[in-house]
Parts: sequence; C-alpha cells; structure tokens
Amino acid sequence: MLFFSYFKELVGKEVTVELKNDLAITGVLHSVDQYLNIKLENIKVVDEIKYPHMMSVKNCFIRGSVVRYVQLPVDGVDVEILHDATRREARGN
Amino acid sequence: MSWAAPDSFHTTSLADNLDKKLLVILRDGRKLVGTLRSFDQFANLVLEKAVERIIVGDLYCDLPLGLYIIRGENVVLVGELDQTKKDLPAHMVLVSAAEIKRAQKAEKDATELKGTMRKRMEFLDLD
Repeated sequence: MLFFSYFKELVGKEVTVELKNDLAITGVLHSVDQYLNIKLENIKVVDEIKYPHMMSVKNCFIRGSVVRYVQLPVDGVDVEILHDATRREARGN
Repeated sequence: MSWAAPDSFHTTSLADNLDKKLLVILRDGRKLVGTLRSFDQFANLVLEKAVERIIVGDLYCDLPLGLYIIRGENVVLVGELDQTKKDLPAHMVLVSAAEIKRAQKAEKDATELKGTMRKRMEFLDLD
C-alpha cells in the first residue's frame, strides 16, 4: 500500500507517465487507485507527431499494469519520509 | 458497488466516462472508438458502436465493429475524446476500408523488407 499512499500525495502535481508501449504522457495527476491505475488531466503526449490519434484527448485513464515509469516533479519525493515509511512497512505496522 | 460510484471525490473510476465517446488503446496497438456502456474493476469494457480507427501515415479509416466487450488485460489507455474538437489533425485524410488495408499492407511489406535487408547485411557488422 506504500506506493498507493505515496501516489495519493502526488495528486494535483504534474507527472510524466511512460507506458510499456513507449507512449509517454505528461499531465496533472487526477487520481490513483490500489492497482496504481492512473487518471491524468490536461494531458500532452511527449511525441505528438507519432500519435496523432491522441490529439483530441484531454483526460485519460491508464491501466496500472501497462505503466513502465512515472516521472515525478523534482519536489515530488521527500526521501526521508519515504525512507521511514518503507522501514515501518517492512516491520509490518 | 463502490467502484462504480460516481466521482464525488477523486477516484480512478471510469463512471464519469459512461455514455461518452472514448478512445481505447489496446496492448496490440489497435485503437477503438466507441461509447462506453459498462466497465468493471479489471477495466473490462463494453463499447457500443465501436469502430477500429486505423491510421497509416496521413491516411485514416474507421472500420465499424458493433458492440464490443474488451477484456481488461488488453486495455492500455482510455481517453475522453473532446467533442468540441476534431478527433484527428486537419491534414489527415479519410479513406475507404479497401484503401487503408492497401496502405497497411504496403507499410507492413516495407518494414519486413527493411528487416530482411538488415539481416542480410548483418555479416558486415555495421554500427
């Protein structure tokens, strides 16, 4: 549940999601669920020329299972907190 | 069923997309456009008046499919199509099914040719 909680903290921030089919989309994180499915708003496809069919898509739902990377804003990670949370989770509480 | 609950707060539920015209990208690269009538927690989808949108270069075509149930594991992305805008850039040309099939085949043949050429040249140890 750690990463679910972590992604919930990132709601409202701009992230870039890279999918396993190499499609990379930048957008504002609208929501995330337990499967790490992601909804993005106001999206922009990184390689727009290659994906003309995405032109009129503004908001989208991405299935968690097809995500390769999520690129976070620079201020998105508080390593200290994440570190602590990881230890706490490993200890089982 | 909570996963189908309307979006009062931020959830990833597809409930807001019900009855809307959507673009669904599948794992094999196919693109389907249709009206979302139902879904579940696996992202299994029911699309009404589904069409497959085939794009080859600047040519495109919508092949009618009918009512489709898509198994969730094949879904990559579900995009809301902005109804106020055209789906595709203005320079793209709508062609017939026969024509897009021809273009698709030509593209496939070209890729294959490139592949065989590369294979044959491998002994040269390029790069």
